Amino acid sequence: MGKATVIPFGPQHPVLPEPLHLDLVVQDEKVIEAIPQIGFVHRGLEKLVETRDYNQFLYVCERICGICAAGHSIGYAETVERLMGVEIPKRAEYLRVIWHELSRVHSHLLWLGLAADAFGFESMFMHAWRLRERVLDLFEKTTGGRVILSVVKVGGVHRDIDANQMSEIIHVLDGIMADYRKIVDTLLTDYSVKNRTVGVGTLSHEEAFALSMVGPFARASNVNNDVRCLGNGAYGDLSDFQPIMDAQGDCYARVKVRCLEVLQSIEIIKELAAKIPAGEISVNVKGAPAEGAEVCNVLEQPRGECYYYARGNGTKNLERMRIRTPTSQNIAGMVAALKGCDLADVNMVVLTIDPCISCTER
Amino acid sequence: MSGFKLGGMTIGSVFKKPETLLYPFEQKQAPAGLRGHVIVDLSMCVFCGICQKRCPADAIAVDKAAGTWAIDDFACVQCACCVKECPKNCLLMEPSPSAVGTSKAPRVFVVGSMR
Repeated sequence: MGKATVIPFGPQHPVLPEPLHLDLVVQDEKVIEAIPQIGFVHRGLEKLVETRDYNQFLYVCERICGICAAGHSIGYAETVERLMGVEIPKRAEYLRVIWHELSRVHSHLLWLGLAADAFGFESMFMHAWRLRERVLDLFEKTTGGRVILSVVKVGGVHRDIDANQMSEIIHVLDGIMADYRKIVDTLLTDYSVKNRTVGVGTLSHEEAFALSMVGPFARASNVNNDVRCLGNGAYGDLSDFQPIMDAQGDCYARVKVRCLEVLQSIEIIKELAAKIPAGEISVNVKGAPAEGAEVCNVLEQPRGECYYYARGNGTKNLERMRIRTPTSQNIAGMVAALKGCDLADVNMVVLTIDPCISCTER
Repeated sequence: MSGFKLGGMTIGSVFKKPETLLYPFEQKQAPAGLRGHVIVDLSMCVFCGICQKRCPADAIAVDKAAGTWAIDDFACVQCACCVKECPKNCLLMEPSPSAVGTSKAPRVFVVGSMR
């Protein structure tokens, strides 16, 4: 056995899109321990709730992370609506879910591009981001923003999607689906991808359950914690929703779950676009949350379950706003998955977990 | 074999219309509802200051006595909150992005101007 050496990894590293630092304790090219460190992009956004009223804080909340912007604005708005006992129109619920699922498609396509780049699949990286660009164009046309949508408000949504735009969304998604299937077939059947991912960074069902993993990371270890199953909002109107699961718990399973979730999201959007009811898209919200009122809410973001907690104090400013993001849960699992893997596989394990440090630090 | 599928797709894109534009000779048309930058018509403004109060980024400064309305483009987050809240509908969101700034000073509008 060789001598144990500590190799620093990140926060700036060619394969890491996020500022995560790992101290890798390595012995004979095997990682025996990984010590994570975050804190490079903390902005203190939760503290801002004291100086911004509950309507203004929505715009702060959606800036927690660029990729999860739609999810954070929807999650925050739902939390404040529950806090104030506001019921939003059905059409607004459908529109929120359509935008949220579109954001899941763009988030997973972004991840697929980055993962393909890490595999050495440059052309797949280009194809994945080419398809993602079409989703961003849809956001631009329907919300007025490509990344930060600013379309959700407390009490509903600011903009409607008319029939023409809805049919354009379906048309674009059909085009994406045709190309995406080819990309995914290539990725999931390629022997070089399998060589790098099958059996690497395995996290068993028991470990994933004990470490409270969330999102595609947990579902790849056969832990079903998809919050969409609760049927909040328009998710409750889906005819059949079965989360994508896998039992292997390795990097390949995580790649597979994420890849298939894109197709599932497209199906959800199509179903909701066909079912969307006519009517108002928002209600007026007046007053302030009652003193001492508190509420919690969960939302399935692209990276997993995100938990929101809010407490009112009788004024327009909230007393406390707490957000527990999916990656802050998944870091513990990532450390467990890294234990025992080869040094060369560290980037694959980290990338297949798809950490979002920007969300985690807020 | 799977590599050939992607190769076929890549070769196919040689014969398709390019996904990218030949910027700056071709430019992308901004969609009608794009949130580019805020403009104000001061002939309709009553200087109530609601836009200043509602702005989450504290980017707007309204001075009723001096008859000026100023926006700091570097602080503005293009949320269009001011446009939605304006009781006189004198604020508009132009689809084009704001012009490149030559200084970090806010854009100041005085009564009788529209930019």
